[in-house]
Parts: sequence; C-alpha cells; structure tokens
Amino acid sequence: MTGRQLWSWLAVALGGLYFLLPLVGMFDFSMRMQRGVYSFQAYRVVLADPQFQQTFGYSVALALLTIILGILLVVPTAYFVRLRFPGLRPAIEFITLLPLVIPPIVIVFGYIRIYNTSSVLPLTGSWWGTNILLLCGYAVLSLPYMYRSVDTGLRTIDIASLTEAAQSLGAGWARILAVVILPNVFVSVLSGAFLTFAIVIGEYVFAALLNVNSFGPYMVWMGGNRAYEPSALAVVAFAITWACMGLIQLFTRFSKFSTARR
Amino acid sequence: MSFLDIRHLQKSFGAHRVVKDFTLGIDKGEFVSFLGPSGCGKTTVLRMVGGFEAPTSGAVSIDGRDVTALPANRRKIGMVFQSYALFPNLTVAENVGFGLKVAGQGKAEIARRVAEMLELIGLPQLGSRYPFQLSGGQQQRVALARALAPRPEVLLLDEPLSALDAKIRVSLRDEIRRIQRDLGITTIFVTHDQEEALSMSDRVVVMHQGVADQIGTPFEIYNRPATRFVAEFVGTLNLIDADLVDAAAGHIRLAGVPVTLDRASPGRAGERISLALRPETVTLGRGGGDIVLPGRIAEVHFLGPVIRVRVSVEGGGSIALDTFNQADRLPPLIGAPVDISMSHRDLLVLAA
Ligand SMILES: Nc1ncnc2c1ncn2[C@@H]1O[C@H](COP(=O)(O)OP(=O)(O)OP(=O)(O)O)[C@@H](O)[C@H]1O
Ligand SMILES: [Mg+2]
Repeated sequence: MTGRQLWSWLAVALGGLYFLLPLVGMFDFSMRMQRGVYSFQAYRVVLADPQFQQTFGYSVALALLTIILGILLVVPTAYFVRLRFPGLRPAIEFITLLPLVIPPIVIVFGYIRIYNTSSVLPLTGSWWGTNILLLCGYAVLSLPYMYRSVDTGLRTIDIASLTEAAQSLGAGWARILAVVILPNVFVSVLSGAFLTFAIVIGEYVFAALLNVNSFGPYMVWMGGNRAYEPSALAVVAFAITWACMGLIQLFTRFSKFSTARR
Repeated sequence: MSFLDIRHLQKSFGAHRVVKDFTLGIDKGEFVSFLGPSGCGKTTVLRMVGGFEAPTSGAVSIDGRDVTALPANRRKIGMVFQSYALFPNLTVAENVGFGLKVAGQGKAEIARRVAEMLELIGLPQLGSRYPFQLSGGQQQRVALARALAPRPEVLLLDEPLSALDAKIRVSLRDEIRRIQRDLGITTIFVTHDQEEALSMSDRVVVMHQGVADQIGTPFEIYNRPATRFVAEFVGTLNLIDADLVDAAAGHIRLAGVPVTLDRASPGRAGERISLALRPETVTLGRGGGDIVLPGRIAEVHFLGPVIRVRVSVEGGGSIALDTFNQADRLPPLIGAPVDISMSHRDLLVLAA
C-alpha cells in the first residue's frame, strides 16, 4: 500500500468514526432502558405512546400534503421556465435557494406578523389557517430540493420535442404536464419528495412557533422529559430519513422505463 | 386554391429575417420536399405550418380554412421529428394511441386503430415494448404511426431520417413514401439530402436564405435549375467559363471552340459567362454530341457503378464526367490524351 492510499484510508476511517460513533452510542443507550439487559423496551414505550402516534400521523399527513403542493408548484414552473423562459432560470434558481439562506425562524416570524389575528388575513387565528400556513411554509422549505431535482430531471428529456409531439396530437397543457412531463420526471420528483418528507417529519421551528403539535415538538418535549425514549425516538427518526434516501436510490434504479438509456 | 395554402409567409427573429415571402400551394395527397442547406429556414417554415411558431406576417390555410391563428393542438397536423420524440414512459401501443385518446375515442376503437397502424409500419408484435427497447429505425416508424393514427389532414416530417444509418435511411424512405401514397395524405418532408428529396417527392422546393429559389418536379429541378444556387446545390456540376460572341443569337466560344446555344444568353458580347454542365451529360470520346473538346485525363475516381473522370481541357479549365464501369474494360489512365464530347442542349446558362 502506498503512502497516499494509507492517508486516504485513514481519512475515510476518521470520517466514518465521526459519523458513526454518536449513532452507535445513541443506539446503545436506547437499548438500556431495562436495567442489566439489552432490550427494545424504550422503542416499545415510544411506539405505544398515543402522543407519538398522533403527532407522527399528523406530520406524515402534513409531509404528504407538502409534497403534493410542492409538485403542483414546482413541476409546471420548472417546465415552463425551461420551455419558454430559459433566460429566467438563474433568477428562479436563486429564489428557490433562498430558504437555505434565510433561517426558518425569520420566515415564520414574517408569517406571524403578516397573518396574525389582527391582520387582514388572520390565518393564525384558526386551526385551518394555521395548518395552511404551516403547509405553505414547509413547501417553501422544500423548494430548494424539489426545484433542483425536478429541474435536473427535465434536463434528461427533450421537453421541447415531447411537448410539440403531444401538441400536434391535440393535447393541451394540463394533459401534457400530467401525462407526458410528470411521468418522465417522476423519479426526480420522488427524490425531491423523499427529501421533503425527511425535512417535514422532523421540523421543529415552524411547528413550535405556530403552536402546532407535530412530531418535531414532540421529540423535543420527549428530550426534555424522559431519559431513554428520546434516544429511541432519534434512532427511529434517523431510520426514517435513511429509509427515504434508500427509497430514492431504489426508485432511481428500478424504474419501469429508463429515460437515461436512450 | 390548393389544399394546403402557404401565402407570403415571413418570419423574423429579432432583426434577423429568417423566412422571406414564402408562398406555396400543395395539392391534396401531394408529397412536397423542402430541400436546402443548414439554416436556410426549412424548419422554420414547417413549424409555422404546424403552428409551433407564429409567422411575422402571411397566412396558412388548410382545405380553405385559415389556420394561421389556430394553436398547434387544434390544427389536425401530424408531425414527425428528427429525434423521434416518442414518449419514453408509454409503450409503443400507448404512444400510437395517444392522439386517439386525446380525441376521446373509446378503448376498443383505439385498440383497433393502433393494431392497424402497427400493421401498416410492419411492427405488429412490438406494441408492448417501450421506446428505449427499439432501434432508431423502429422508433421512427412508431413515431410515423403515432402521427398518422388520428388521421391528420397534413403530415409534416422534419429530417426524419437524419439520425439513422445509410441502409435504414433508404429502406425507410421508400416505406414512408409507400405509406404516404396508400393513405393519400398531404405531406411536407424537410431534408438537406438531395437524393432523398429527388427520389421521394412529387415536387421539391429548393430553399436558400429564407426564399424558395425554385419549386418544381425533381425532373425540372435537376435538369432545368432556375438559379445558380439550385444548380450548384442539387447534383454535381461543372462550371465552365465561356466567351460571349453574340448574346441574342446565343453564339459563344467554349475553350476556343465556337458553340451555338439553343437560347439567348444574358450579358454583352466580349463578356465572360459561366455555363453549367452535369457530369453525366459529358461523354468520354467522340459521339456524345456536337461539341468536341480535346484534353488530357487529370483525375480518375472509381465510385463502383460509375467512374468519375476529370479531364483538363486544352483550351483551359477542366470538366468532370461520369462513365459507367464495365468489368471487361480498365479505367482510363491519368495523363492519357482524350477527346470529350457533349451536346449544346445540355449546357445550362445560369442566372447570376
Ligand atoms: N427560435 C429562434 N430564435 C432565433 N433564431 C432562430 C430561431 N429558430 C431558428 N432561428 C434561426 O433561423 C435560421 C433558420 O433556421 P431553421 O431551423 O429554419 O433552419 P433549417 O433550414 O431547418 O436548418 P437545418 O438544416 O440545420 O435544420 C437559422 O439561422 C437559425 O439560427
Ligand atoms: Mg431544421
């Protein structure tokens, strides 16, 4: 083994340790709820907690709605920008990156200021309004991931020709988007969707400040009040995130038709 | 009025005028090719007919209806693209049935028509495949079937064979022509391949810098080119300088030999003019016509069925000619003295 290889391996090993050690420690800790034995007791307690079921279910539902809203927002936008206004692409790309630059707390304070109970549109005053606000906020948070993955997907197909082919066969915009464009960027949409899912499931700032009982605040509450369960919860949340990543890989590889191979 | 009527079509992109006053009438069932070099505006005209590009001025009408303002999806025009543009997420059958589904036809009706179309293009067993599982030639056939399935009034093809290799190109062009004849569908075929245009078309439109230089049958285009551009672009050509002796009477001197043309020539006595001559109208040896020029063999290119010979003429200049290859006769030797002969009727006087 040459010196250079040695250093490379060392760097990889150090990185791996940095990443894995806390995980292993946390997992180890989460298994020690019952004194003296290794067990999944903490997980049983967590999963059986009605609070967990309720907040988790709520967050999953919200994540799915966010994904749908994101798709409805991003796919047509990215498509028309590519097809008709390619000059606008840098501007749109910049806008979609803003949520990464502006902290969520700024956005949510802005929301609260604009939509508070004494405003013209008092969304924060009602259950429905708060949920809609949260949904819109999450759609904004997911923009950078959604837009980039959809835009990358659009690049792999010849949208101009496909659009014209569909038009010459009589199709209108709605049909072109739903039947021709969306299915062909579906894998990209999915990868954006899984990232969105992972973000929304664990999100804390928006939910806490809008006073919504979702999974994020529940995790924080757990962390402040219990010993072993938070670790179990963290492992569960972590597993969900990784399952999402795995699913992205899976769908990318085993999609029914391949747009990459042409 | 013609079935497909294109009147005074113009198109500018910014300050760049890409199509200038393009007028053409196409009869029902006619097959017309647009032939021209890259960037001459063929695709732009086609896209204006298809409704994908709005003309700066001018009008398009189909069967008496003005469609200039109609969007592409309401024109009933079938389109075939160079890049096939099959929908990658749909099977062959779903691709072919797409237009029928859009038109709201029933499942059974669609299935019947799809089967009929797949039969027509000779791929009846490939309905359940996806486009990426087909060869380029098969994909383009499917694209043709897809365009024809909803029974469009006009079929537009934009260099449909350019992405295919030579053998398939020839067989597919025969097939496109056969299908077009069977269905009697009015067709515009864009190509920059003159062989394709000449062999397939009822009429050819030779385009040059946004203008239709000449519109005519392949026979007319090849044998009576209207402009110098058409003559040079279609087929190979000898350009020979000659001295004008009497313009009105058509008297000239060609490499020192006096010749009388069968029509008047433009220009004034004493000027030098250019004459064009197809290589296949020149004969090696005497007996090919009334004009005989002595010279020497300069180049010999063996092309298989024909041998192209370049002869440097004694009076100056050189002329290329084609002779048929014969297995029992050796090709001419470079440097050998020869006479070449031609008829004055084959000399083309080109407008500048
Ligand atoms: N959308 C556009 N914007 C600006 N210029 C364009 C546009 N489309 C075409 N052009 C210009 O118009 C001219 C004609 O283009 P067109 O595509 O019609 O040529 P073509 O004859 O089809 O050439 P080719 O054989 O290469 O396909 C070209 O100079 C091209 O650059
Ligand atoms: Mg073109």
